[in-house]
Amino acid sequence: MEIFWYLLITLVLIIFFILDGYDFGTGIIHLFLAKKEKDKEVIAKAAGLFWDSNEVWFVAAGGMLFMAFPTYYASVFSGFYLPLIIVLWLIIFRAIGLELRAQFPYEMWKNIWDKAFGVSSLLLALFFGIALGNIVRGVNLGGFENGVSAYEAHYFFLPLWNSSFSPLAENPGVIDWFTIIIGIISVVTLSLHGANWIILKTNASINQQLKKLVFKLSIVQAILTFFSLFIWFKVNPNCFNNFLDKPYLVVFPLIYFTGLVGLILVKKHQNFSRNFIFSSLLIFGGIASSLASIFPVILPSTNNVNAPLTIYNTSTTNYGLSVALNWAIVGIILMIAYFIIQKRLRKGKIDEMDYGH
Amino acid sequence: MEDMIFYDRLQFAFTITFHYIFPQLTMGLSLIIVYFKWKYLRNKTEKYNDAAKFFMKIFAINFTMGVVTGIPMEFQFGTNWAKFSELTGGIIGQTLAMEGMFSFFLESSFLALFLFGEKLMGQKLHFLTGFLVFLGSWASGYFILATNAWMQHPVGYEILDNGKFVLTHFSELFKNPWLLPAFLHNQAASLVTSSFVVASIGTFYVLRKKHIEFGKLFLKTGVIFGLISTLAVAFPTGDWNAKNVAKYQPATFAAMEGIFETEHAGSEIVLVGQPNMVEKKLDNKIAVPNVLSFLTYQEWDKQILGMDKFKKEELPDNIPALYYSYHIMVGLGTIFIGIMALAVFFLWRKKLFTIKPLLWTIMFLVPFPYIANITGWYVAELGRQPYLVYGLLRTKEGISPTVSSGNTLFTLLGFVALYMLLGLLFLVLVGKTIHQGPKPQNH
Repeated sequence: MEIFWYLLITLVLIIFFILDGYDFGTGIIHLFLAKKEKDKEVIAKAAGLFWDSNEVWFVAAGGMLFMAFPTYYASVFSGFYLPLIIVLWLIIFRAIGLELRAQFPYEMWKNIWDKAFGVSSLLLALFFGIALGNIVRGVNLGGFENGVSAYEAHYFFLPLWNSSFSPLAENPGVIDWFTIIIGIISVVTLSLHGANWIILKTNASINQQLKKLVFKLSIVQAILTFFSLFIWFKVNPNCFNNFLDKPYLVVFPLIYFTGLVGLILVKKHQNFSRNFIFSSLLIFGGIASSLASIFPVILPSTNNVNAPLTIYNTSTTNYGLSVALNWAIVGIILMIAYFIIQKRLRKGKIDEMDYGH
Repeated sequence: MEDMIFYDRLQFAFTITFHYIFPQLTMGLSLIIVYFKWKYLRNKTEKYNDAAKFFMKIFAINFTMGVVTGIPMEFQFGTNWAKFSELTGGIIGQTLAMEGMFSFFLESSFLALFLFGEKLMGQKLHFLTGFLVFLGSWASGYFILATNAWMQHPVGYEILDNGKFVLTHFSELFKNPWLLPAFLHNQAASLVTSSFVVASIGTFYVLRKKHIEFGKLFLKTGVIFGLISTLAVAFPTGDWNAKNVAKYQPATFAAMEGIFETEHAGSEIVLVGQPNMVEKKLDNKIAVPNVLSFLTYQEWDKQILGMDKFKKEELPDNIPALYYSYHIMVGLGTIFIGIMALAVFFLWRKKLFTIKPLLWTIMFLVPFPYIANITGWYVAELGRQPYLVYGLLRTKEGISPTVSSGNTLFTLLGFVALYMLLGLLFLVLVGKTIHQGPKPQNH
């Protein structure tokens, strides 16, 4: 039962990152590459029309995590207190940026909110990567220092960074050189994804430039991927054990590399809806492989005293999990139905749609 | 430790108060929009359709604000109230997750369809999307109230040896005797806010002699909905809630009514008075004998326990705030009924649109239903103190064990600054929409 909920929540979370991921990526592209007002407008719309219906997957994942793994929810949310609240602020900034730019026809007004949208998207992409880095690296559970645990074994508190910036420190911070690399990979991945989305959904004048960018970024992505695997192995020599023990888990890295190879071959084919699928596979494969590498652990411990958090020691009772199954299945079917209705209403290129606003 | 709890509570109170400015409008407004759309389907008068679409724009601004301020609410359970989340997440997580899945999705998807899809769908489907938005926003209120009802009056649970609350009977969560009265009271109060907003915008147009036809329609609709909802807030829903408090939280009841000493027979009802916590009495009191006993139990001589009968650690920790919140809510509610009754009377006599003082009053009445709604929630939340889960889990036991007070103070200040900006932008956007009016010229 725990495994079912773990898979369901992870799936919803990955759907969130694929959907809202293109909004983040769109914001990053917008920040650096959109120069003409026409492009700025249509690219902002490529995120602005969708962000709130994409964000509902985040809320759903959060709610289910709270219900199914309350101990994990409590431990992780309080332990990552500062970065989480900062993420919340960024989410708010992104939303107001997107909602406000079109409200008044002054250039300065638009520029302010464009920057709010772009910068918060960039930082969100970075922070979500850093978060994933923290999850696979693990934290100092129990606040273990000088032979004693400061808190109960399943609680911790991470500073934003410590002065060594090392993932191997006794008390690693949220930001260290390992998590920063994962953060940068996340920025590149989502930029790729956002570029594909813009090409797919708009007739922006920078689309030709973006097609070349997708190729260049996927090369960067490949280099970063191998670099991070090497670093990861340095940080945690056991990081590939799960894949050796359970060979079927290799399917996730394979999905990742399918996406990556597909993107590198971008010049060979001109079908850009296929590219969007490739960058979605990249996100899916990346998150799934990272989580599979530590499964059934969901938060490793960097000390040997306090046990890691697993899906078994953080879940609620079997009764709670099974009774929730009934409504969750109905809920997921409804969510998918709404999603399809939404996408059908907004199919096609954004600049060719008539929304009357 | 003490300032830690204080900052956690202050941050939650601040963020939830700000958040609740928005849903209290959208829940009621969605019903009024459905009404306008339904009128349009029935008699094909274009102005009803324009009215529905105009208010859906106001709805959309409020909805966006509700979304961005609502996500921090879900997060804060984990960030600031980790121990509470750990101990009760298996139960309140059920209703909170259902809120996310069933109502938030419904609302956000069909709001977009309503705003952008009218031409594509045709009128009947357009009505249906409006109805689904209404359904989504009321379902949202229902699940949140179910969560709160469990905290006020826990049911269907078992406490394990490690102190964790676990669910034993799922259906009990929805059969909770606290839930239905609280939900209906809350929805009626939300309808008060939205009908006052509709009436106020109408008055503005009438007084400004712009969009007068719409102004009259909004004003008329607003005061009729306003009278019905202000009455429904008091009776039966308010009455029903008060009886629940008397039954399940007698210490809270004594504190909110300001009964310091138990009377031998029937209890008086306090209309005005200031709690004096040093001498344990009400200063400058105006009260009517025996009425409280009658209202609560329909017996003039029934004894009601005063605060003297409860131990200090069982009583709410901020009695004056609770007492004032309750009396402000009730006082405003009573004034609302008076004004709306007067407005409906003049509407019936066909004089409403010419009585300037009444129109100005209705226009500037708009902040007060917000105050009444929010003080109403303060009654519920301050009244539940010193507990998070009434009688079982104390507030001080629920905070995050690892987050220091400095961190919370930092984030609290950040939220204050950010929300001030949000509030300002919100006013600009709503002001712009009202200024453009229901039929913008250059579109």
